[in-house]
Amino acid sequence: MPQRLRHLLGIEPLSAEQITFILDQAKPFQEFQRHPLKKLATLRGKTVALAFFEPSTRTRISFATSAARLGADTMNLQAESSSLKKGESLIDTVWTLEAMKPDGIVIRHAASGAADFIARRVDIPVMNAGDGTHEHPTQALLDALTIRDRKGRLDSLNVTILGDILHSRVARSDIHLLSKFGARITLCGPAMWVPRELECLAPNIHREPRIETALAGADVLIVLRVQSERIHEPPISLDDYILRYQLTPERLRSAKPDAIVLHPGPIIRGLEIDPAVADGTQSCILEQVTNGLAVRMALLFQLVSGAAPDAPHPAKENFA
Amino acid sequence: MRVVEKRQLLSAEEIDRTLQRLAHEIVEKSGGTKDVALIGVRRRGVPLAQRLAKCINGFAKVEIPVGTLDITLYRDDLSTVAAHPVVQSTEIPFVVDNQDLVLVDDVLYTGRTARAAMNGLFDLGRPKRVRMCVLIDRGHRELPIEATFIGCKITTADTEIVEVRLQEIDKEERVMLVDRVD
Repeated sequence: MPQRLRHLLGIEPLSAEQITFILDQAKPFQEFQRHPLKKLATLRGKTVALAFFEPSTRTRISFATSAARLGADTMNLQAESSSLKKGESLIDTVWTLEAMKPDGIVIRHAASGAADFIARRVDIPVMNAGDGTHEHPTQALLDALTIRDRKGRLDSLNVTILGDILHSRVARSDIHLLSKFGARITLCGPAMWVPRELECLAPNIHREPRIETALAGADVLIVLRVQSERIHEPPISLDDYILRYQLTPERLRSAKPDAIVLHPGPIIRGLEIDPAVADGTQSCILEQVTNGLAVRMALLFQLVSGAAPDAPHPAKENFA
Repeated sequence: MRVVEKRQLLSAEEIDRTLQRLAHEIVEKSGGTKDVALIGVRRRGVPLAQRLAKCINGFAKVEIPVGTLDITLYRDDLSTVAAHPVVQSTEIPFVVDNQDLVLVDDVLYTGRTARAAMNGLFDLGRPKRVRMCVLIDRGHRELPIEATFIGCKITTADTEIVEVRLQEIDKEERVMLVDRVD
């Protein structure tokens, strides 16, 4: 059994063995989503702080639902309604939350490295729910679970990632994860979103500007959302993007016949993905969402259950 | 923790004979096999449940459903153990509503596993009845729980451990009484 995780800050520092362990632990929780009664008492009495300094819908709901199904309570901090607007610093906000004695904290923040910064300053497990353009480890884990289920393996797959890779923390975590299992990764998108530096993330990554070539022989396609809030600054129009990079049924035929299509959501139908592909049999988009619960439940169970392994409880310290 | 073997409680043949008897008792006390299903509690309850089903099939010529239950998520000591809890899958390929269930485990000791198993079962539905079948009942209950079908009832000291070793998991077949030497 691999070394027990204290935090989940990113995929990059994990070993393939640790990743496999988390995915194996997610299996019973996949089954659990089909139970008529979706409520456990496993983490009863535990509290998970959900600190979302950046707007989020699906990840926040997924973590909140996972915690609820394990029997834990949640404390919610949302960017829109928080004291951040009043000028409180990140660490002061987090210390305030920590003073309310949660047993773990899930954090999303616009700054790369925010989760790591927090983990060094608190005594509770920290789960990274997305930090800037750095990593989104639970998304990569649920992607891996989905791929392993559909393909029967994670090893040596041909993976093509389409879209705005530069700004995508999902792409970065996916690349780190799949590379640890020997994936050959092809990156495809407008040149300014696929800089050469990305090839240095892991071995066996290459860039391919033409979508038909990029899709050839692919086992797995990961389509990223076009972040329209960013698209008006670089020199590509949405129409141009659709014309050159939209995943259409015709283009999908360049990939292997049993290739699968993943998308971290939210999807914009008719922009990065044709509705016929999004709703087609090769699409795993909704499976990914369900698997997100299984992965996050497995993770919360691993990190939040039990007594803290290293840090002794301050009350006990004083007692001794 | 070091252990020393004290004595053998059951040999391979005795385990087999005990299971044969238990299989007959289950059918007898259930008035047949209608709605009867076995649920093996991980880990060693699983092969025992499968063997019981095979025995029953041998004389009653009925395939009774067998499921597997993992109780990790229902344990009551999760907030105290610093050990690394590992969840395994629960595989119950039938609807438990209105079934006449028999929980199968190797050793009945404090009763806490049985309590956890019942919680797990009731999350899956509403069985008509739940009974319990164990190979060894070693006493020291901490909860008001008793088994209906008992292979062998023994008196033990609290420091002793009953080790059931089964071919499917341990590559040997016997039940041992061992003692903790701290």
